[in-house]
Amino acid sequence: MAFVNFSDDSTAKLLLDKIALASQSLGQVRLMEVCGTHTMEIGRLGLRSLLPKNIDLISGPGCPVCVTPGSYIDAAADLALSYGARIVTYGDLIRVPGIHTSLEEAKSKGADIDIVTSPLIALDIAKAHAGQQVVFLTVGFETTTPASAKAIMNAANEGLQNLSFFVSHKIVPPALEILIADKQLGLSGFILPGHVSAIIGQTPYQFLADQGLPSAITGFEPLDILAGILLVTDMLRHKKSAIVNAYTRIAKPQGNPLAQELVYRVFRVADALWRGIGKLPQSGLTITDEFGFFDATKRFSMGNIDDSEMPEACSCGDVLKGRIKPVECPLFGTSCTPSNPVGPCMVSSEGSCAAYYKYGA
Amino acid sequence: MTTTTVRLSHGSGKGLQELLSTVVMPALIPGGTGILEDAFVFDIPGRRLAFTTDSFVVSPLEFPGGNIGTLAACGTINDLSMMGARPMLMSVSLILEEGFAFEKLARILSSLSQICASMGIKIACGDTKVVDKGKADGLFINTAGIGIVQVGISLSAAYAKPGDAVVVSGGIGLHGVTILAQRENLHFASAAESDCAPLWPLAKAVLDAVPQTRVMRDATRGGIAAVLHEIATDSKVSIVLQESAIPIPPVVKGACSFLGMDPLHIANEGRFAIIVPADWADKAVAALRVFPNAKDACVIGHVVEKDRFPVLLKTSIGGTRPVEMPPGELLPRIC
Repeated sequence: MAFVNFSDDSTAKLLLDKIALASQSLGQVRLMEVCGTHTMEIGRLGLRSLLPKNIDLISGPGCPVCVTPGSYIDAAADLALSYGARIVTYGDLIRVPGIHTSLEEAKSKGADIDIVTSPLIALDIAKAHAGQQVVFLTVGFETTTPASAKAIMNAANEGLQNLSFFVSHKIVPPALEILIADKQLGLSGFILPGHVSAIIGQTPYQFLADQGLPSAITGFEPLDILAGILLVTDMLRHKKSAIVNAYTRIAKPQGNPLAQELVYRVFRVADALWRGIGKLPQSGLTITDEFGFFDATKRFSMGNIDDSEMPEACSCGDVLKGRIKPVECPLFGTSCTPSNPVGPCMVSSEGSCAAYYKYGA
Repeated sequence: MTTTTVRLSHGSGKGLQELLSTVVMPALIPGGTGILEDAFVFDIPGRRLAFTTDSFVVSPLEFPGGNIGTLAACGTINDLSMMGARPMLMSVSLILEEGFAFEKLARILSSLSQICASMGIKIACGDTKVVDKGKADGLFINTAGIGIVQVGISLSAAYAKPGDAVVVSGGIGLHGVTILAQRENLHFASAAESDCAPLWPLAKAVLDAVPQTRVMRDATRGGIAAVLHEIATDSKVSIVLQESAIPIPPVVKGACSFLGMDPLHIANEGRFAIIVPADWADKAVAALRVFPNAKDACVIGHVVEKDRFPVLLKTSIGGTRPVEMPPGELLPRIC
């Protein structure tokens, strides 16, 4: 296989020229990049400074950590401190402020918290701490759900008694439906998340095209992102509206059927609370009754995670919905910074506010 | 959320700066400190000396390319070297946890002493304490060192001037990625080997070739980004880096993109940044490339007049973005 350099400078310049040409005849173009990794990469590349002035990139709600409710964080800290459970989590959840506390604060009070890069490691941790209840904080979008499902299935097959999963998985398309209903946003199209699409495929986005919003499934290397922007801009110029795939090497039109099957054996779709946005119907996952033994909310008889109080003056809700840019929040960069975050968008490495702060947009 | 207790994120980067400026320094030195260099330089009749100290709490204690003993030796040697001082004397203090194996202790300490011996450094004094099981993570080491500053050399983080070149002594991020790979079981990065090394021979070669060298800083916790931020702030200038010029080993690039980290934020234990007048940059690079662990030394940017951001990066596709001061270590204890 030939080696393709997806960050080649001269190809990047060529694509930028083509984007400039395609957008010449267009008015203001507002593209939403849904995925937090796109937001970070766009900042890291300094891409905004290179795009034509009439192309505006709006960051969407695609940071799983940012949309995890504050009460969920508090409940996780409580599992560790009150029940003595060992919490296993992805690293970026550690510093997210809950409503009253954070996992970092719980850790400084002696909570057992392990940081992992895969839910499957939680099984090893549970085996190594047989006398302790181990809880994996199961968050993320479609990209992480298959690994969560696999971990739960393996735990069931191995009969692990001391491991459970505290699930706050979200699914992307229902959130997009809510966003496009908000006419205030005036969106022209979407840069769709490549890795989410690798799991769910192309079909779930069709409603975007049907409503006149051309969109491109986009990868994460510099040339991928530029290609995604070019394809959408080109469709706008030709007044076409379709879902195109600019990430064919990873995302197949049908997605990954095996992963989908696995996910829906272990989880079922349910209403979910999105921090700063509210409760969205059929926008999250919960563990099915068959695997209910591994549901932490049942094992610890936890109440509903049902409130999402935001700190006063925090505009993360509007940022997540793309209504305002991070810099338009009164707290941005003054009382809210990555080392002292007020809202969730500032703390996660994929949060829009963190990206804007970090890359000085 | 305002914190009133120490968090792990206070261990490096911006978190550490905040802890030092709000709690540690006001209590220790109420009159205020000057610029915080890698070592304190002072004069006695006929000699200019440098004095420094460093503590080591790395986990795991042994890793590809070194162990806590090599770090403890190199950390202090390098802090002295960055001030242009030949390391002469070292103290070694140990805090041991009950149950620690003699054999492992001997292995770690002989690594430490071998490095000191190879640099002609005398281990002059030390201390050993044992604490209850569970009160320490096996072994913590503190070292302090005294060195003699090379005649005619004057280095400070405050001396960078617009027009100067920024040189890095080799590929960045290997130490931090090695520790992460061990701790997080990142099999794809298991080939990474720490860059931990005593830097005095390299520093001396640079100073012999370019006595006009203005700043040297070893890029430990917080990586290249943190040291360049400190230099820019102390010198009241800004620094512009060329992304395509920065030597980043493939294993570091891979691990960073997997973990969502910036290679410029990753710790090194054997890499340093050097600021020299632009005309002398080639000489400094040539002096470094003689050493096998500095064969990738190169110019990565230059100093400009003070801008809105202390450190800026020209990205590979032509954009410009600020380089952030690392906000604080998420994955703790790498040195």
